[in-house]
Amino acid sequence: MEFGLLLSAVLFVLGLIGVMVRRNLIMILMSLEVMLNATGLAFIVAGSRWGQADGQIMFLLILTLAAAEVGVGLGLVLQIFHRFHTLDADSVNEMQG
Amino acid sequence: MLELLGWVPLFPFLGFLILVLASERFSEPLAAWIGIGSVGVSALFVSLIGFEFLNGTMQPFKLVLGSWIEMDDISVPFGFYLDALTMTMLFVVTGVGFLIHVYSAGFMASDPSYARFFAYMNLFVSAMLVLVLADNLALLYLGWEGVGLGSYLLIGFWYKDPNNGYAARKAFVMTRIGDTALALGLFLLFTQLHTFDIQSLMLGAENQWPPGTLLPMVSAALLLGGAVGKSAQLPLQTWLPDAMAGPTPVSALIHAATMVTAGVYLIARTHSLFMLAPTVQFVVAVIGALTLLIAGCSALVQTDIKRVLAYSTISQIGYMFLALGAGAWSAAIFHLLTHAFFKALLFLAAGAVIFCFHQEHNIIKMGGLRKAMPLTFWSFMIGGAALSALPFTSGFYSKHEILMAVFEVSPVLWAAGCLGALITGIYSFRLVFVVFFGVQSEVVEKSPGWCMSAPLFLLGILALSGGMLQVPLGTVFPVLTSPDRDFTFNLVSAITVAAPLLGLLIAVLFYLTGAFSAQRLANYSWAKPLRLFFLGGWGMDALYDKLFVHPFKTITRLNKNDAVDGLYLAIAWLSQKLHLLVSASQTGRVRWYASSLVLGTVAIIAIGLLS
Amino acid sequence: MELILFYLTSAVALFATVMMITRLNAVHGLLYLILSLLSVGVIFFLLGAHFAAVLEVIIYAGAIMVLFVFVIMMLNQGQKTIDQENAWLQPGVWILPSLMALVLLVEMAVIVVLGGNAQTGHIVNSKQVGIALYGPYLLAVELASMLLLAGLVGAYHLGKPILKITRPGGNS
Repeated sequence: MEFGLLLSAVLFVLGLIGVMVRRNLIMILMSLEVMLNATGLAFIVAGSRWGQADGQIMFLLILTLAAAEVGVGLGLVLQIFHRFHTLDADSVNEMQG
Repeated sequence: MLELLGWVPLFPFLGFLILVLASERFSEPLAAWIGIGSVGVSALFVSLIGFEFLNGTMQPFKLVLGSWIEMDDISVPFGFYLDALTMTMLFVVTGVGFLIHVYSAGFMASDPSYARFFAYMNLFVSAMLVLVLADNLALLYLGWEGVGLGSYLLIGFWYKDPNNGYAARKAFVMTRIGDTALALGLFLLFTQLHTFDIQSLMLGAENQWPPGTLLPMVSAALLLGGAVGKSAQLPLQTWLPDAMAGPTPVSALIHAATMVTAGVYLIARTHSLFMLAPTVQFVVAVIGALTLLIAGCSALVQTDIKRVLAYSTISQIGYMFLALGAGAWSAAIFHLLTHAFFKALLFLAAGAVIFCFHQEHNIIKMGGLRKAMPLTFWSFMIGGAALSALPFTSGFYSKHEILMAVFEVSPVLWAAGCLGALITGIYSFRLVFVVFFGVQSEVVEKSPGWCMSAPLFLLGILALSGGMLQVPLGTVFPVLTSPDRDFTFNLVSAITVAAPLLGLLIAVLFYLTGAFSAQRLANYSWAKPLRLFFLGGWGMDALYDKLFVHPFKTITRLNKNDAVDGLYLAIAWLSQKLHLLVSASQTGRVRWYASSLVLGTVAIIAIGLLS
Repeated sequence: MELILFYLTSAVALFATVMMITRLNAVHGLLYLILSLLSVGVIFFLLGAHFAAVLEVIIYAGAIMVLFVFVIMMLNQGQKTIDQENAWLQPGVWILPSLMALVLLVEMAVIVVLGGNAQTGHIVNSKQVGIALYGPYLLAVELASMLLLAGLVGAYHLGKPILKITRPGGNS
């Protein structure tokens, strides 16, 4: 059981590293998916440990969140690409202080 | 009928509101009708009230319209108080005010801000009526500040000329010094006697304060400070000559007939307090005597027609102060009344001259206007005669009464008063002779219309016969014991009568017949600086410049980068720098933000684990 | 037995994820991501969350990843992309994903062969999930539907071919 949570933590951190390291917007979004998925895994593990349905329900909610996030996120990526002709996240830094 | 009192100040105020709200939308006749009509209705009400009051018992009448301030232990009603003194002031304010309003309709014709002028005038009249009607000092102070505001607005009426704005500010600031003293006196009286009601205050002061002790002295001195500021007496008199920057009807109404006499009214209203402080009362007399001499000398050499009259106003109010100081209360108010008539007349006549003589103020450039403007000439003659108190004019009765009363108190002050009367005779007829006799230099371009002539005519009659008016002030003031009619009395009386006549004679010799030449006199080496000294109002302006304005300017220059401001500027500077520091972190890079988020999360988790 | 399967799948998931975040090419990364998701799905199955496992495969590894594929296709146009495609389709690229997918397949086969006793935790079947979902969590379902609606509207708006450009110098 601890191993399940550990795996979820490791996956989460890997996704986080991806978000912070990658510059390609699509890769960042994909890393975000990994993070969300890791969170879902943690819920499933907990639900499985206690034999409760709530874990899976939380996973379902995370799933809907991920779906919406990807829909909007990819739409934004498309727009950014149309405007800047690049997928480099760092080049889209017009809103700096 | 007496209940109509509440309407008296209300009508001009309504007129003010209407005119101010309508602004310049009204046509000139409509604005004039509203402006004059509101004051006219007030005057009508005042005459109705006066008829009933004077034919009745003349017992003081109180009318409480409502509550103004109602607090824990402070209660200030909108209360009006009517006695013979108030009645006199009401007649002056509404009667003379009405005539001057009518005159203004002609004088201000074709001024682009016609309605604004009448709005301000109405505001002033309304405030002045509140001042004289108020039964408590707080309400009186409201009127007091109201007339100050009206005066400020009207002096600076032609605000496009910065000099006028400067004159208005000067008047406002100078009177403010007095007003501050008045406010302090008001607070002192309230804290000591726990009421604002004037009659209760006077009663309380008489009952609780022994004469000549500190409290009545201080409070009387503070009230005197207010009166000195408003009435342009030494040492706060310098604003009045500059106040002539306003339109001439304004000078006639505010700076001759009504507002500047508010100080006299205040002292007369609180005379019980001044009687408890004999030293202060004597100071009042000394101030009056000094002022009338100083202002009289200045009036001798002025060349601006309105400045001559301004200095003469200061001088005449000096007489009223002299009378107040001598305890001749009713004589002071009587002089106030007659002065309102003849000074308004003089100002309006001067206004007519200025009006018809293409806005010329310099009397040297005038001359020989006697034939061209007969009515104005006779108005000036009557006004000048009354001003210099030639026998059988109104000014004669009041001034004579004053000087006789003063002699009982102090022969020195009486001598000063007589000298002043002599000087008055010289400068008033100097004005008449220079302007109306001699060679006519330029043609008169227009003549005053009926609405300028009629007030001149009426005021001329009043200035001549005003001395016959019997003001029943005995119900308000303690009656003076009339002195024995011995030889000294007769001699003094004779000298008092002779002084202005001698002044007239000197004026005739210098300015009419040319037996002596003022020009030659002025060329003497000793006369030149003296003339300049007088011309500048005894250097008071320069003195104040040196004493107050320059040090103040120096201080402000030194403290231009305000030390206290420095603290706030430092805060602003610090936050700006912090802003720059923090804004550097706003790189616009999503990955950077994500990293910051992670850093923060890590830190929070670390804190959670370690604690 | 189940634990061995669990560790093995975890190893695949971790490896696939590491590979995914280190890939230079988006398509390669996407393949590894799908692999990672599939392996997590297997872990769900092992944990007894069958319903979640099915959803993981259908929606996550299926529907959502298809979106990524679409976007990558839309954003890589022209000759440059074709050259890239050629470079990508080298045989070596396929080996690792295929290998790991094979491992997953074997695991599934083992589970299927050994019978339904392969979970390491409690079984929470889809009936329980459904009852909880439309009982106490009804409001959450509504909220999720609102979220999806918002996502739909947002995606529709952002996905319009040309958004008005107000920025001077911008082009679309």
